[in-house]
Amino acid sequence: MAKPMFVYVTYIRSTPEKVWEALTDPRIIAKYWFGMTVECEWKPGSPWALKFEDGRIADAGEILEVDQPRRLVIRWRNEFKPELKAEGYSRCTMQIEMADYYPGFGGKAVKLTIHHEIEGEGGDKFIEAVSGGWPKILSNLKSLLETGDVTFEKAGAA
Amino acid sequence: MTDVSKFTPKTVYVTYIAATPEAVFEALIKPEFTRQYFGGFAADVEPRAGGAFRMLYPDGRVHISGTVLDWTPPKRLSCTWLVEGMPGFGDLPECIVTYEIEPAGGATKLTMTESHSWEVPEAILAGGRSGWPAILSGLKSLLETGKAPAITMVPPAGFTDAVQRALREKPWASQGR
Repeated sequence: MAKPMFVYVTYIRSTPEKVWEALTDPRIIAKYWFGMTVECEWKPGSPWALKFEDGRIADAGEILEVDQPRRLVIRWRNEFKPELKAEGYSRCTMQIEMADYYPGFGGKAVKLTIHHEIEGEGGDKFIEAVSGGWPKILSNLKSLLETGDVTFEKAGAA
Repeated sequence: MTDVSKFTPKTVYVTYIAATPEAVFEALIKPEFTRQYFGGFAADVEPRAGGAFRMLYPDGRVHISGTVLDWTPPKRLSCTWLVEGMPGFGDLPECIVTYEIEPAGGATKLTMTESHSWEVPEAILAGGRSGWPAILSGLKSLLETGKAPAITMVPPAGFTDAVQRALREKPWASQGR
């Protein structure tokens, strides 16, 4: 059985700078990440924490790579579900590129790729969990940047 | 008739769209929508199980042909696919593409599943894995903003070689099909 990993690509009609801002500005993150907030200075070695609205820590880790506005690598562990925490640290890579266009259609799009896998072996439960979450979060992010509104506001309702 | 039980999901893509399930289903089957987000191809679908499913070039030539396996608007559409429009591809085994559409928190969840009946090399699966996000990102943008970003779809490195090799070796012939 191959090691589980999650890869998701979405194309967003936006600029790399705006997508980068949306991935790192806590006020924007709260809008599309269902009220979650992020505390981080976005420098290599910075502690990183994703918190619920009530302040509890959901996930935590550190920043491994920052190449604004192209690439962000986060060392990431779930902190609130023991069975996920037990699978250890994961590595989440976010990559931002310009997408090519058919001439004539005009406009520009950004290709955002999320790659997520456990650092060691295994990670079935963690990868299953993020596989459910990322499409909701990234659909919301795309809608927010393209229309000014998210797709939906409550993750639990979806 | 296609034996669906011989097919295994190999690629899944999920997106959530601020539109009704009915609007999402329409956008999957109506040519005036697909032309805008699906590489310029026009869908031509007979609305019944057993009907013909085709994606056509602007000049009417067939790019993809298949058969509707499940027609359950606005919840489910499943079709066999054979890419005839690219040289040689018509000799590969057909795959099954299934769209599942369900309400999700005031929006709509669209799940695309690409299933195969043989051990498809990763380099060939990479073709769909690079194409689907572009196509379905375009569908979402079209329904939410009225405008789809038409993203150029270039076959990933190694894709064409892997297809040529599969066409020479026909590995599916020894895989119990």
